[in-house]
Amino acid sequence: MNTDTHAAHAGDHHHDDGHAHSTFSGYMLGFVLSVVLTAIPFWLVMGGALPSKQITALVIMAFAVVQIVVHMIYFLHMSPKSENGWTMMALIFTIVMVVIALSGSLWVMNHLNSNMMPMHEMTGMK
Amino acid sequence: MSPDLLKLIFGRLDFESLPLHEPIVVGTFVVVALGGATLLAGLTYFRLWGYLWREWFTTVDHKRIGIMYMILGIVMLLRGFADALMMRGQQMLAFGGSEGYLNAHHYDQVFTAHGVIMIFFVAMPLVTGLMNYVVPLQIGARDVSFPFLNNFSFWMTVGGAVLVMASLFIGEFARTGWLAYPPLSNIGYSPDVGVDYYIWALQVAGVGTTLSGINLICTIVKLRCPGMTMMRMPVFTWTSLCTNILIVASFPVLTVVLALLSLDRYVGTNFFTNDFGGSPMMYVNLIWIWGHPEVYILVLPAFGIFSEVTSTFSGKRLFGYTSMVYATVVITILSYLVWLHHFFTMGSGASVNSFFGITTMIISIPTGAKMFNWLFTMYRGRIRYELPMMWTIAFMLTFVIGGMTGVLLAVPPADFVLHNSLFLIAHFHNVIIGGVVFGAFAGINYWFPKAFGFKLDVFWGKMSFWFWVVGFYLAFMPLYVLGLMGVTRRLRVFDDPSLQIWFIIAAIGALFVFIGILSMLMQFAVSLLKREQLKDVTGDPWNARTLEWATSSPPPDYNFAFTPVVHDNDAWWDMKKRGYQRPLTGFKPIHMPSSTGTGVILAGFATAMGFGLIWYIWWLAAASFIAMLVVGIGHTFNYHRDFDIPAEDVIRTEDARTKLLAGAK
Repeated sequence: MNTDTHAAHAGDHHHDDGHAHSTFSGYMLGFVLSVVLTAIPFWLVMGGALPSKQITALVIMAFAVVQIVVHMIYFLHMSPKSENGWTMMALIFTIVMVVIALSGSLWVMNHLNSNMMPMHEMTGMK
Repeated sequence: MSPDLLKLIFGRLDFESLPLHEPIVVGTFVVVALGGATLLAGLTYFRLWGYLWREWFTTVDHKRIGIMYMILGIVMLLRGFADALMMRGQQMLAFGGSEGYLNAHHYDQVFTAHGVIMIFFVAMPLVTGLMNYVVPLQIGARDVSFPFLNNFSFWMTVGGAVLVMASLFIGEFARTGWLAYPPLSNIGYSPDVGVDYYIWALQVAGVGTTLSGINLICTIVKLRCPGMTMMRMPVFTWTSLCTNILIVASFPVLTVVLALLSLDRYVGTNFFTNDFGGSPMMYVNLIWIWGHPEVYILVLPAFGIFSEVTSTFSGKRLFGYTSMVYATVVITILSYLVWLHHFFTMGSGASVNSFFGITTMIISIPTGAKMFNWLFTMYRGRIRYELPMMWTIAFMLTFVIGGMTGVLLAVPPADFVLHNSLFLIAHFHNVIIGGVVFGAFAGINYWFPKAFGFKLDVFWGKMSFWFWVVGFYLAFMPLYVLGLMGVTRRLRVFDDPSLQIWFIIAAIGALFVFIGILSMLMQFAVSLLKREQLKDVTGDPWNARTLEWATSSPPPDYNFAFTPVVHDNDAWWDMKKRGYQRPLTGFKPIHMPSSTGTGVILAGFATAMGFGLIWYIWWLAAASFIAMLVVGIGHTFNYHRDFDIPAEDVIRTEDARTKLLAGAK
């Protein structure tokens, strides 16, 4: 046991346990990508390039999702291997939680909206 | 001075805000003021301020912070329980035309404060305190990952508690129920400071809770000693990990929903108003997305405590360790899929209600698996009925009843009959007292000798146990009956005289619990006086199984002179079995974090900011906010963050223990 306790100090850490090495070109690429991904939605709104507001909103949301991914890869240096996979695990958990909370809330509130609206909206019902 | 100037300086705080017209509050204030003055005078007389400041308030040692959390929880338990006694008294008396002794204005504050205090400032500190104390020891670490953050989290929790307590004597507390549903909690119906006290107390304490969640997750993931793989972690550490993941995932939801409510109240937005497109139902939906995980945040660590206690006092390895871990993880995920069962009756319709009803019932499967694991651990074990084990068995019996009424309430049609009734009140007290409170008491009795080096007195412990358990059944079984008869919650007066007898029984039960609480305080006092007889020098008084028992009681500042190496589950048991010899030589200096007062100062400014926002004292809020930024940034320039305990000190501490152990044999 004594030898074991001393061995603890030697440690068996892997020094290459997936810390992505940040480089100047990596940051520049991320920066350019996020500028482009921000500029296009601005142009869509200001220039009115798409026929309907609804389509514009959906497209902007799609750009936002891509923007999130760009930030995670280039600025937060996330990869499936970083921190022995804990980063990925945390990300998956977060996505599951957010999806549950958002889709659940939309489902619940949609039901409440259709069931609990004032009578004049239910005139068609018997 | 002109009224405008007064308003600028004091906001809406004036002499009218002091509840001088409430004789009960004035009486309480006199008692609290006298008691507080005596305490402060005593601390000054015995020159304890310097000691407290240096050794406790500014400490970054997870063990001392854990103990301070426990003290906070027990102090607030007294306040929360005083509210409970007042309610039981009121409901017992208010029959046959009697108005009781509490007016509606006061009574509504009492039941709101009771709920808020018991959940946020009793259960949470007790659970967080135990996790803080035990987890680093169980995983063979020297402290948590971020020791300063730990100190700051604790003081933010205290800040929230201070705001709640202040509302008793300066102004008033919310009269909305513990979740402050709008539209009642919105500015139109609650224009006074009560809901603002509620919001800012929870926001300040919530920062502390979230940060301590991050801290403990990081500790468990990164600081485990060599050999302790995830599947060798003690079950208490596992449940702590899952609880803190739940904290980090769910408390932001509470923060956001309260922030939206404050926007409604302060700047006139319409998120949760009745008109202008606001939806109070959205508040209910969002707050329960936090609220349901919250109950699992409280009960999971309790499950962990029961696991440790059961296997220690049965002298056996925990039955079904792997299934226990998976059950915990499954509960963690499922706890996010059930929130709608808190508002089945709001009108979601059949498909939504049946989905959430079924998910709710499914949670009872992993919970039931845990229950059987504990029973099978006891099966053919050599069970020692020490105090922690007694609380565990009381938990098993009580929690199963609470769980069954829970499954009953999960059936939407049954819920339509029982929702908002005293049946519900009985159910959740059944699981929270039977689960969380009994768990905390099992934990206190189990780990007290580790923290202080002597066991707790058994006689007063048993007094406390029996009065609590009997008192609990007397107080809450009548509420099941009343709920089935249709009595709704939060009522102040009653018409039907045939109900009175049940309320009298419940009040007697509450008195029993009161004696149980007093016995527990007595138990602490008696144990302190008899500490020489109750002394434990071995560091392992229960012949226990996990790593925290491998070091001395109380553990040295650095926990372990050498980081342990783990080869099996129940690491300490395995070490004992293989003839572990304590290392006596080769000690090295130990690198430790330094104490800092920044946490106290930051939390103090945060509390002052909350107070300013509550009373519209804008200069105070702004000044405190700026002060927080300045102190926070200033702290980043503090380079005296760590020091080394010299090897000589380690040798002296360890040699002292060697002598003690030799004397014990």
